[in-house]
Amino acid sequence: MAEAHPVGFQWVMEAKRRGATIIHVDPRFTRTSAVADVHVPIRAGSDIAFLGGLVNHVLTTESYFRDYVVAYTNAANIVDEGFEDTEDLDGLFSGFDAEQAHYDPVSWRYQAPDDRSPDEEKRLQQIREDESGGGGQKESHVAAQSESHGSGGAAVPWKGKRDETLQDPRCVFQILKRHFARYTPEMVQEVCGIAPADFAEVADALVRNSGRERTSALAYAVGWTHHSTGAQTIRTGSILQLLLGNIGRPGGGIIALRGHASIQGSTDIPTLFNILPGYLPMPHANQHQSLDEWVRDDEGKAGFWGNIRSYAVSLLKSYWGDAATADNDFCFDYLPRLTGDHSTYNTVKSQIEGGCKGYFLVGENPAVGSANGKMQRLGMANLDWLVVRDLQMIESATFWKDGPEIETGELVTEDIGTEIFFLPAASHVEKAGSFTQTQRMLQWRDKAVEPPGDARSELDFYFDLGVRIRERLAGSTDEMDRPLLDLAWDYPTDEKGEVDGQAVLREINGTGPDGAALSAYTELKPDGSTACGCWIYCGVYADEVNQARRRKPAWEQDEVAAEWGWAWPANRRILYNRASAAPDGSPWSERKKYVWWDAEKGRWVGRDVPDFVPDRAPDHVPEEGATGPDAIGGQDPFVMQTDGKGWLFAPVGLADGPMPSHYEPPESPVRNPLYGQQNNPTRRKYAHPANPINPSWSEVFPYVFTSYRLTEHHTAGGMSRTLPYLTELQPEPFCEISPRLAAERGLEHGGWATIVTARTAIEARVLVTDRVRSLRLGDTFVEQIGLPYHWGRNGISQGDSANDLVNITMDPNVYIQDKVGTCDIRPGRRPRGPALLAFVDGYRRRAGVDPDDPTDGGADR
Amino acid sequence: MALSPLEWPVLRQLRGPDRLGRGKASMSHRSETLEPRTVEADKVVDSVCPFCAVGCAQRVFVKDGKITQIEGNPASPVSRGRLCPKGSASKQLVTSPTRVTKVRYRRPHGTEWEDLDLDTAMDMIADRVVKTRKQFWEWEADGKRTRRTLGIASLGGATLDNEENYLMKKLYTAMGAIQIENQARI
Amino acid sequence: MTNSLWGRLDDPAGNAGHTDHPPRMGFFTDTSVCIGCKACEVACKEWNEVPEDGYLLTGMSYDNTQQLGASTWRHVAFVEKPAETVETVDLGMPEVGLPGASGDAGVKWLMSSDVCKHCTHAACLDVCPTGALFRTEFGTVVVQPDVCNGCGYCVPACPYGVIDIRPEDGRAFKCTLCYDRLKEGQKPACAQACPTESIQFGEVDELRERAAARVEELHARGVDVARLYGADPEDGVGGDGAFFLLLDEPEVYGLPPDPVVTTRDLGSIWKHVGGAAAAIVGLGVASFMGRRR
Repeated sequence: MAEAHPVGFQWVMEAKRRGATIIHVDPRFTRTSAVADVHVPIRAGSDIAFLGGLVNHVLTTESYFRDYVVAYTNAANIVDEGFEDTEDLDGLFSGFDAEQAHYDPVSWRYQAPDDRSPDEEKRLQQIREDESGGGGQKESHVAAQSESHGSGGAAVPWKGKRDETLQDPRCVFQILKRHFARYTPEMVQEVCGIAPADFAEVADALVRNSGRERTSALAYAVGWTHHSTGAQTIRTGSILQLLLGNIGRPGGGIIALRGHASIQGSTDIPTLFNILPGYLPMPHANQHQSLDEWVRDDEGKAGFWGNIRSYAVSLLKSYWGDAATADNDFCFDYLPRLTGDHSTYNTVKSQIEGGCKGYFLVGENPAVGSANGKMQRLGMANLDWLVVRDLQMIESATFWKDGPEIETGELVTEDIGTEIFFLPAASHVEKAGSFTQTQRMLQWRDKAVEPPGDARSELDFYFDLGVRIRERLAGSTDEMDRPLLDLAWDYPTDEKGEVDGQAVLREINGTGPDGAALSAYTELKPDGSTACGCWIYCGVYADEVNQARRRKPAWEQDEVAAEWGWAWPANRRILYNRASAAPDGSPWSERKKYVWWDAEKGRWVGRDVPDFVPDRAPDHVPEEGATGPDAIGGQDPFVMQTDGKGWLFAPVGLADGPMPSHYEPPESPVRNPLYGQQNNPTRRKYAHPANPINPSWSEVFPYVFTSYRLTEHHTAGGMSRTLPYLTELQPEPFCEISPRLAAERGLEHGGWATIVTARTAIEARVLVTDRVRSLRLGDTFVEQIGLPYHWGRNGISQGDSANDLVNITMDPNVYIQDKVGTCDIRPGRRPRGPALLAFVDGYRRRAGVDPDDPTDGGADR
Repeated sequence: MALSPLEWPVLRQLRGPDRLGRGKASMSHRSETLEPRTVEADKVVDSVCPFCAVGCAQRVFVKDGKITQIEGNPASPVSRGRLCPKGSASKQLVTSPTRVTKVRYRRPHGTEWEDLDLDTAMDMIADRVVKTRKQFWEWEADGKRTRRTLGIASLGGATLDNEENYLMKKLYTAMGAIQIENQARI
Repeated sequence: MTNSLWGRLDDPAGNAGHTDHPPRMGFFTDTSVCIGCKACEVACKEWNEVPEDGYLLTGMSYDNTQQLGASTWRHVAFVEKPAETVETVDLGMPEVGLPGASGDAGVKWLMSSDVCKHCTHAACLDVCPTGALFRTEFGTVVVQPDVCNGCGYCVPACPYGVIDIRPEDGRAFKCTLCYDRLKEGQKPACAQACPTESIQFGEVDELRERAAARVEELHARGVDVARLYGADPEDGVGGDGAFFLLLDEPEVYGLPPDPVVTTRDLGSIWKHVGGAAAAIVGLGVASFMGRRR
């Protein structure tokens, strides 16, 4: 955190000054470790084993926050009899289809209640039909919908039976206990390389600092997510925090440290394939051919997500305005449909294969920043046209004349037919707009100066592009052009023709029947009388005021600082804060008081906007048949979950199991000590000859590498390698290795090393340092090589890109790559030109990479 | 500027209390009248750091349409006026002489960049979108209506504004383009 | 003019002829909370328009700046050391007990942002023949670029090796403690940027109290290694306007252990020189007198 988010880290230092214990778990000893109380080095890719060990510790020592766990989590829920655990199946859960490499989650569901309501009966019948016919939820896991379950969790068909004594052997609590029983401190040592004494220190500190009086926070970044088990790592953190009662309370939580100015905003208002604004799912061709079908799975379910139709219709109204009417399903049919995984890596494959010919790169540099850079460049070399919009001349715009494949002869400039437009972009001070930072807070920026030369904002570019496309299609009677021609695309512009960003923000906020800005998403209607571009952002323009532009100084507010910027949803700063009070509505403790029930006023009150129905009493029991927010019970703080509970066990919604299990990265020198199953069985392999996988346990590739950021640089380097003041601070790519590895391979401090995988080889300068530790796993040592990934061939300082080494094997839930791999390292610079190809090919042959199935890795055989 | 002989440093040294000539007496006119350049700013604009997602508040000082300084805004409850090295380099980021400010064009199979007028470039891009969209238009896949094009993709958004992402997704969706992605996937 | 060149001097600005001057301002750099982000280096360069200083990977941990100089007015040192010497874990120098890995106790990584010390007795200033270097009303030491002729006398005079000539320019440069910003009551750029308040700016008297309290606090937590550097007004430079809390010996950070103002004996030299000159004159006179006789 000190390394990549130094200014955010001031609060950690502040906490430390006040006595907090700071624990840093990281493969390398970073600037964070340097000031932490405890640094725990861990083998890259073994986080679930470590966190699972903590879960096991909390369960076996009975140090969980029992009142919280019983009331607010699904610990008491009884799971279907058909469920079988990894304990029973040596690393697999029930429902695994080996051929398709995916799970049918039907046996993970809560046991159906005996006294079923008519609605629940209907759902049971539907599930039985699905079981016999295939489809429904099973479909969702092959259809890239794990993330598109939206703002809420996936819908459960019923709240199910509960045993609040937590004794029933099939209740979630007991299942969890059995599942994590083998994650002992000894196992943690064997998998992660963490000594039992160090593990105990962490476990004790965490337990000591959780409960009624105290809370602990977990902060993470892509060290947790960039794995073929990434989503499940976060799940393990969630389970741990739920058990300790650290969710929805001040000082608690799981804090995602996101790495780009508005990466949160670009997820909320997504430029992502599988969702629409506000986490509405993109329709899927197999399931959603009408508005009704689109919202069917979620509509009416308990919680605010049950009002999905209001959010969906309001979005369609903001997209297609007057053209969207009840008679035409509010133009639902204008939405394109998915048929599977259309994520960036699959798109690249499609580019290489000729199925995708036009490409916009907007402030992204995949030639350096995406996994397997070669595939990125091969894809771009096979386009009809490419538009690159950036501040500087990045590698993704120049691959055709100086990319690594030009050097090796794999690509020849004159043979590359891609037509490239480089359009200069406006910087953050040359346009007005809002970023959403990592705590979901929108902050508006005013414009300071005019952009230079041809540089323009994306707002202007896309508006202008839309205008020109619509001009070209004007008068078309082709049905395919209707969505463009009917599009609400009339934004006010100033004298220079620039779009007023506040008008766009107001459209995102939404308007009511009278045309006035709405104040809250609870005002949205399913009848087309409201329009809203992103329901969770509704309120950012309340009272016709740009709330994101608020800048009341910190010293004029309390620590919640509710009048600085605007946080979604509803300017709420801590999500699920109903959980900061006990089931009866009183604060868990005076010290951790945050939001509580005021019986006199009959309302929830406190320091933050309560994340609950404002007047829902703690003892409220929903009426039979209640839907949406009405179905939220007074003790159901997780208002976006259909059962109102925090999930220790995910009965639906995840592609790779209802509970996390440790699997080795697709490339690993280690045999999975936990199960016979080596890798995540549902990981998404990426079959392509340019993406060969190093076989597991290969002696040819005996070392682990992992990539990361340095404080002095930013991601793919376009915003830092180009600046003298940053470049001089870290002027060259390097690898960090332990003294033991240096001795083993004859590597000299300050000298050159070549790092080799089955994809390619790169060179970097060597830093031999005690900060990189040789990890002992049982009788063997595992050596890890650290690689900052900021460099490419342009800019002030140049060098090979670490991402060229990274293979593409993806998490099955979110299609994010695993950045941990195996490699060899040897002294000296890498071969130049075509010799590099022969060099890597020699490695592939010696390692036995299967030329017919190069992405297999051999572990599943 | 002509100084009165009485203001010559050596005379000041002898006349004033700074007999060793190491302080007051040595001050040049520049030193006497020095001000931070920020006081001359025509305006100070509220902004937010463009690097990571902490969201540090920045104050942008502008003089004659040029940025003269970018620094942290102490009023922010998030950052309290502080900036990391990247945020501190924001002025260099936006005033960098290596920023590309003119449209560059590489024709198919070309070996060098060429100049291109922005308006022409916009027309050419619009033409290509229309053409590729039509060429790869797909009404159905496996008998199911898809109403889309797989011919056009986009990558980027995490460094952009919410309003920009909104227009992008809206336009792409109306075009039928679905392979729209950003850094959040990477 | 007591102690103008040596010894305790509580009011250097007043001593330099500033009447009604503001309190002495300076830096207290608490290295125990430094995270080595180098924001200070960049913020300094952005504000003061200091040019880049070369692109060299030094291999000295994450320190590619190496030292203070004409184009580096803040320098973050990175020191990697085996952790055995660390007394306690409480402060944050972790003991990384690795599963038996070669028996070592792990590593500690010290970071410290160095800067011009703005000495109470500043030799650079004392030797400057042109009056380019001067003591400001804030008690800081500043080079006036409009006066400096690049003679370079100041360079060897500095006991810390701070000030230097910028070759492409010819003149001497160093930290000004953001003299221009101070005039408007603003913080220096580095202190403004520092994310963790490792660099604290303020009145020197108050900073000295704060620093002493911080050392006490760390000692109470068992961090016996914490000590102040440059805070003592009785030391060889009369105390620094920019002083430090260190977690190891000064040498470990590349700082001289016991700096002494190189012009310490200037007064006495002048006295002796004066005496010698007088004696020579006297002898000469005497010889003439003698001749007359």
